[in-house]
Amino acid sequence: MVAPYSLTPFTELRRQLDQLFDEFGFGRWRSPLMTTAYPLVNICDVGEELHVEAELPGVKKEDLEIFALGNELTIKGRWRPAAGDGQTRHRQERPSGEFSRVITLPVEVNEDKVAAELKDGVLSVRLPKVEAAKPRKIMLKS
Amino acid sequence: MVDTTLQKREAQRGEAEQIRSGPMFIPAVDIIETNNEILLLADMPGVKPDGMDINYEAGVLTIYGRVEPRRKGDENYLLEEYEVGDFSRRFEIGEGIDANKIEAELHDGVLTLHLPKTPEVMPRKISVKA
Repeated sequence: MVAPYSLTPFTELRRQLDQLFDEFGFGRWRSPLMTTAYPLVNICDVGEELHVEAELPGVKKEDLEIFALGNELTIKGRWRPAAGDGQTRHRQERPSGEFSRVITLPVEVNEDKVAAELKDGVLSVRLPKVEAAKPRKIMLKS
Repeated sequence: MVDTTLQKREAQRGEAEQIRSGPMFIPAVDIIETNNEILLLADMPGVKPDGMDINYEAGVLTIYGRVEPRRKGDENYLLEEYEVGDFSRRFEIGEGIDANKIEAELHDGVLTLHLPKTPEVMPRKISVKA
């Protein structure tokens, strides 16, 4: 079986380029326009739960939808278009419109107990694993 | 259109504003000009109002957002697609901005800067004499 989480060659290349730029002393671009999937996620396993974190600056709580089903997590939302007439856009690097991403998790999660929080543009989702997927301590017989 | 376009300058390391080690990121920005002001929006997820530092000196506007590390160090990361770090970017501001009246707001990880134009550069309707 192929591990679902491994660095693709492109991710690895970008990481190396980032390091190179760090050494030269430049800041790195953090523009979503340069990535194919949105939002980017960090996933960590904390034993009984999985924690998924994503950066979603400018997205309002009411414009964000999160679904968990089996071992899939969907993050879906949109940015509200900026209102106003007589405007000239000199620069547009921030993303706009809608986004949707389905993330395959390594284990099934308990859909009813998923908790999500959006704060300062950072989304944190806590997904408790189903009982069968939780780590178990094996007692040694004496 | 008035000649007040902000000119981007890449944030550079080793300058006074970088006070912490770790990766630093250049935030994505939108720059919008209306009749009365120039609006600058910068994506700075994870920055709280007290971590925001905005400076204007000699025609250079610097925005710096401090991001508290969210990683404790003992987590088992299965996937790490992005790194967390501070945000910094500098802009050269042309003539025509009233620096004393610059206002800033921070909502949902987005910094909004209002840069009001000085009256001299605001569009005026010229009425034609009969």
